[in-house]
Amino acid sequence: MSPVIPIRAPRAPEIGILDLQGGIQEHLDHLERLGIDARRVKTADALSDVAGLILPGGESTCIARLLAIFGLDQVILREVRRGMKLWGTCAGTILVAKTLVGEPAHLGLIDITVERNGFGSQLDSFAAEAAIPKVSPDPIPLTFIRAPKITHVGPGVEILLQIDDYIAAAESPDILVTVFHPELTPCLALHRYFAGKCGLTPQKADGPALDPSWKTTSWTRLARLP
Amino acid sequence: MDAKRYELNVQLAQMLKGGVIMDVTNVEQAKIAEEAGAVAVMALERVPADIRRDGGVARMSDPAMIAQIKQAVSIPVMAKARIGHFVEAQILEALKIDYIDESEVLTPADEECHIDKTRFAIPFVCGARNLGEALRRIAEGAAMIRTKGEAGTGNVVEAVRHMRTMNREIRQLAAMPVEEVTGFAKANGMPYELALKVKTLDRLPVVNFAAGGIATPADAALMMQLGCDGIFVGSGIFKSADPARRARAIVKATAYFNDPARVLEASMDLGEAMPGLEIASIPEEQRLAGRGW
Repeated sequence: MSPVIPIRAPRAPEIGILDLQGGIQEHLDHLERLGIDARRVKTADALSDVAGLILPGGESTCIARLLAIFGLDQVILREVRRGMKLWGTCAGTILVAKTLVGEPAHLGLIDITVERNGFGSQLDSFAAEAAIPKVSPDPIPLTFIRAPKITHVGPGVEILLQIDDYIAAAESPDILVTVFHPELTPCLALHRYFAGKCGLTPQKADGPALDPSWKTTSWTRLARLP
Repeated sequence: MDAKRYELNVQLAQMLKGGVIMDVTNVEQAKIAEEAGAVAVMALERVPADIRRDGGVARMSDPAMIAQIKQAVSIPVMAKARIGHFVEAQILEALKIDYIDESEVLTPADEECHIDKTRFAIPFVCGARNLGEALRRIAEGAAMIRTKGEAGTGNVVEAVRHMRTMNREIRQLAAMPVEEVTGFAKANGMPYELALKVKTLDRLPVVNFAAGGIATPADAALMMQLGCDGIFVGSGIFKSADPARRARAIVKATAYFNDPARVLEASMDLGEAMPGLEIASIPEEQRLAGRGW
């Protein structure tokens, strides 16, 4: 069989957030703060023309199951071939990894090895701070909630942040992964970085890495149903 | 619990949004729940319907059973402690589970005091019938709230009542001038600072799940459309004819709660739901929602 030449479909200047389960509102809020158009993505149609897609934090077994039931996993694979960029946060990292320790992989889109619950139970969840030179010159806050660990990256994958014995952020040309949650902190730098990766220019392209008005309850801002 | 730890605990609940947390009584059920797409399991000895039927004193489960479940699944594991029983909570914290439910489904150990949850690093979820009760639990350190509903009945009416009550009180707070908040907080037993916070946010400052009586995909979607952040299903799954199928269906209906075609699809051919109980047929002293205050 001859290789299929991917057609780079025209894409809307918008970022989608996979809305099956997890921290969707938190990502929407961060993108809104940057002036980037964003939408919740629940169906194949909504998914088929976004410039980038965020796989949010949540429970990867739940999200993987729903992706498979509704065939969205195949649509994601197709759209990545056609030029869509992808960012997996926490559970999203598990979903896109090529290798999972002790279990079969899901989307297998980036050559990394991931260990689920790499740190332990909720009592081992923690907050830290580190600089990611490629993303922001200033140190940024990192929140790890029952986080996975990236233990190894293959060729073609660049390590963005290594802490002790594990990798916390990495990327390939199409895929960005972070095992921590920038959307749970005032940090806008990763969202700005991902927008750039998608070819989008945020209206607030040169703002600070941290949103000074952010509070721990900021996620509730738009969380009510209409 | 310092402020940072509390924030992390609220944030774990945030990551459970849009998901279903299922009651399980053994490893086999826990695996069925995980396989179906549950975002967490609640380990307990007997589901509420059995506790209701058997009577007697219901306590924290055997930690060995909870440890086995923790071993068997990768999703978060929750377990119940009796209202006010801070030593059961200490044991569950030492066991390093992910969340404690200080639950009216178990027989209360203290009729005056709930657990001082600020003394723990582990997160707590607590039940509430109205906004005042929710805010009192948050003041004590709860990082997540759920409706009490009426557990073990397969009857969603009480969960609806509790959610509508909370929504109404939040709307009232949001609409009133700030000088009226003091009186409203006093009349409804709300800590003033938290009432003010709810007024600003126009919702609870922590995640609020529905619990107590949810038995069908339609019940789950109903509670989600009423504004809950996610769903607890107790007896509804493992007291039904085909637990695995029903568990998957409730997960689907919760994710697509706003899409009637998908909820319809999820509702087909599930076999018998758990037997239901009319609330009026339950004597007042056997109603679980009245436990705690």
